[in-house]
Amino acid sequence: MRLWTTTIIAGVVAGALASPAAAQQEVRIGVILSYSGQFADPAKQMDNAIQLYIKQNGDTVAGKKIVLIRKDTGGIAPDLAKRLAQELVVRDRVDILAGFALTPNALAVGDVSHQAKKFMVVMNAATSIITTKSAFMARTSVTTPMLNQTLGTWAAKQGIKKAYTMVSDFGPGHDGEGAFHAGFKAGGGEIVGAVRTPVANPDFAPFLQRAKDANPDAMYIWVPGGAQPAAVGKAIVERNIDKSKVTIMGQDELVGENAIKSMNEAAVGIVSVSNYDFNLNNDLNRKFVEAYNKEFGRNPDIFSMGAYDGMHLIYEALKKTNGNTDAAALIGAAKGFSWQSPRGPMSIDPDTRDVVQNIYIRRVQKVGDKFVNVEFDTVPAVKDPVKEQMKKDGKPLQP
Amino acid sequence: MAEAAPRGMTDWIASRARWRIGEIVFWLACLLPLLPAQYLPSFLQPFWIFDRYLQLLSQIAITALFAISLDLILGYAGVVSLGHAAFFGLGAYAAGLISKFWFTDPLLGLLCSALLAGALGYISSFVILRFHGLALIMITLGLGQLLAEAANSASWLTGGADALQGIRAGKIFGVFEFDIYGQTAYIYALVVTFLVFLVARRITNSPFGMSIRGIRDNSRRMLAIGAPNQQHLRRVFTIAAAMAGVAGALLTQTTQTCSLETLNFQRSADVLVILILGGVGRLYGAMAGAIIYMIARDIFSDVNPQYWYFWIGLLLIAVVRYMPDGLLGGLSFLGSKLRRS
Amino acid sequence: MLTSFISVLYDGFAYGMLLFVLSVGLSVTLGMMNFVNLAHCAFAMLGGYVTVTMINHLGWPFLATLPIAFLAAAVASVLLERTLYRSLYGRSDLDHCLLTIGIVFVSVAGAAYIFGTLQQPIQVPSWLRGTWVVGNLTFGVYRAFLIVVGLALAAALIVSLEYTRFGATVRAAVDNQRMARGLGIDVDRVFMLTFALGSGLAGLGGALAIEIVGLDHSFALHYLIYVLIVVSVGGMGSIWGSFVAAVVLGVSDMAGKYWLPQLGSFLIYLVMVGILMWRPLGLFGKR
Repeated sequence: MRLWTTTIIAGVVAGALASPAAAQQEVRIGVILSYSGQFADPAKQMDNAIQLYIKQNGDTVAGKKIVLIRKDTGGIAPDLAKRLAQELVVRDRVDILAGFALTPNALAVGDVSHQAKKFMVVMNAATSIITTKSAFMARTSVTTPMLNQTLGTWAAKQGIKKAYTMVSDFGPGHDGEGAFHAGFKAGGGEIVGAVRTPVANPDFAPFLQRAKDANPDAMYIWVPGGAQPAAVGKAIVERNIDKSKVTIMGQDELVGENAIKSMNEAAVGIVSVSNYDFNLNNDLNRKFVEAYNKEFGRNPDIFSMGAYDGMHLIYEALKKTNGNTDAAALIGAAKGFSWQSPRGPMSIDPDTRDVVQNIYIRRVQKVGDKFVNVEFDTVPAVKDPVKEQMKKDGKPLQP
Repeated sequence: MAEAAPRGMTDWIASRARWRIGEIVFWLACLLPLLPAQYLPSFLQPFWIFDRYLQLLSQIAITALFAISLDLILGYAGVVSLGHAAFFGLGAYAAGLISKFWFTDPLLGLLCSALLAGALGYISSFVILRFHGLALIMITLGLGQLLAEAANSASWLTGGADALQGIRAGKIFGVFEFDIYGQTAYIYALVVTFLVFLVARRITNSPFGMSIRGIRDNSRRMLAIGAPNQQHLRRVFTIAAAMAGVAGALLTQTTQTCSLETLNFQRSADVLVILILGGVGRLYGAMAGAIIYMIARDIFSDVNPQYWYFWIGLLLIAVVRYMPDGLLGGLSFLGSKLRRS
Repeated sequence: MLTSFISVLYDGFAYGMLLFVLSVGLSVTLGMMNFVNLAHCAFAMLGGYVTVTMINHLGWPFLATLPIAFLAAAVASVLLERTLYRSLYGRSDLDHCLLTIGIVFVSVAGAAYIFGTLQQPIQVPSWLRGTWVVGNLTFGVYRAFLIVVGLALAAALIVSLEYTRFGATVRAAVDNQRMARGLGIDVDRVFMLTFALGSGLAGLGGALAIEIVGLDHSFALHYLIYVLIVVSVGGMGSIWGSFVAAVVLGVSDMAGKYWLPQLGSFLIYLVMVGILMWRPLGLFGKR
């Protein structure tokens, strides 16, 4: 008897949530992000940007109403992400899959996009190969090699001879390390040492001491956003590493807005590579930042930017297809599409469906009474180097 | 009870092993979701939503299976483990790697994963079963974390943090393909879970199962009556490990994904929470826990993707506070009260 | 070699002191009442948020917020002890786990709701931020501060446990709860006070930890494993044990990262498993 009760209660509760069939005049977008857990803040920023875009541009495109359905993966969970995507397609009848802050989740959902022929927009996850998983997928964020290989090449060009690298010991860190090494060595630089730090339990003092002992001209550091950038920044000061002699460089997260807030003077002089910063000097960005602040009381970051442009791509593709949500039509409209974003001119590469954009080299400086990233060099229209190589080698760019 | 009083131990065991009507109804009810809505009377159709939840249901079945395997060692043998995901993850990776490099037949893959996980269970049991209390918990946690870190380091094999790529989906018996609706996945997960459940039920109601419980309740007395405690514990630990491996392999095969998250602390802790929530030491408790936890999570996170942990937390607190023996214990208490009145 | 040895020892010892302050409370309450309080780090997180809020919104100096962090965590723990924990004393460890994990989930979601999901920025006063340079050695001032605080607390705890009447009742309750009750000691009251003290220390630890490891809403879950490792290696109910375990783990963690970075994330678990193999009750555990 008691088992019946369990089943019935479960059934009734689940029944209360059954969703109605999709109406004809809607475009349903399934947003899969890690709203809870360790990676909750990127998800929050991405969700903010999506809301802002809809608010600014209305919730109807080509005569159809945009409906969002949000799903939480709670962190890295490809099994769950894939199930949620399947449910979104089968049960909620979504037309478009969007979001994806984390690589494993994006890779898993890529299969669903390909199988079910759904347009998919990756708004953050940055591993190169993601877009090869489905012919109906486009990306509006950035790829790790796009940033770090560019940085490596740039550093070698500046006359930096010896570099030491310190990266987090997991996939994205390894990718950053590999890309920086590739760019730096190709430019004639020498890697004098490389160390990998545990993902958890961040106390960087011993690692930095090792790096300092190797006496390099530059230190390349890759750590995930969150607690670690600030801890690195503080440890650099504590180890007495002179930033005028040893250039500290890394990817955007190392000097994210919040990391700088924790570091203050400790951050000054850190060089970083990024595709966006709220401090970027153009009119479109100033308006975007102002609107974002008005709405959410904080500045946008790279996560917001990827999602904002992702929504723009979806809207414009829908306009081009006149509301047709067929995946082939939408990806066809997205291929080669170019626009002006707050981060500068950008486009979707028609061959790889990946983003093409300017990459900025910045340095942390004190402006007024605030510490911010100030860009001082730009590498225009960068394509993902890994997929350019794949193209040359004749490797397939889609399943 | 209407039955005649059991005469001896064998009879008593036999009476426990008899299938009760509730059990049969429960397992038959598990088949209902496979019924498409159009075969129902029209007034029921709008309420019939199960056939659209097959993906969720198959993951519930897998979680239930994982929880049952933990129940065997925790509920019956009294071994608390915070590293049970090690076996789940090993099975998951074994199934994924086998399909990637070797062959894609799911059943054969399942068998291999079970054997591998069982072997790891047998080997580790020599270390683990020497401990009690907090040390036991921490040793299992430590060994589990070491395996997870090893999998992270061996990214050439496991794909590291990007998760294992290139898992191939085979057809069951060479015929049934895993579809996007999750029909094959659900039938497959349900049948395997049912079969493993039969094994677990058989074990717990056998003389061997009785002596395991004896060891849990009073290991000295069991030694005194000549039971080979360590041998028994090792055996049940190995079986449970193999079952966890099967659950992991099922997850890989039905989703074609396999990530480090199958091995991590969170999964070990979650399954422990699920088991305690449902009720320890009664196989259906593991099922009730899996069903309630997974459905609650699905509903809460749909309603409130950012803060659903809050509601899950309240659920756990409420269950502990008002249902001392878990959900199933609470329900059976309620049931017996109703019957008496 | 000598310089790196000294700096590993110094940094590791400071890290160990942090672990000690975070975990000593759990060790004592676990030893005394056998109450498995997995929400221990939730109190630490509370302390951290109190400090951050007082510094960033009320403009208090860092040092002045530390006692408040202690008090807030202590008060919160007493409230929870009164309303939830107490009714579960007779029940199994597993029930304790479920209840306290539930509390952790609620606190994690609550923190995300109230304080947002961002890493909390904090500025410690400038006199704590710098470094001392001796020859080619550098010593972080904040680490020295941690060492001083940790040593002072350890000394105060050990002395008060050995030489005060309250300490004697605590020891009696840890060693043999039934006997202590029989002698007329109000074990429940002693436990409540100890619990408040232990949770308060966790709150203090949470506040001290921000500068080294940061603070966000997942702190309560993230540091639980480390705290449990310290407790099990040190032995339940032993302050001295927690101290030694925290130092051993802190120093070995640093040493591993410096000399064997490829073993970095394995090391803390290897050390724990190794020590528990050798002494299943922990270094100074009695039962």
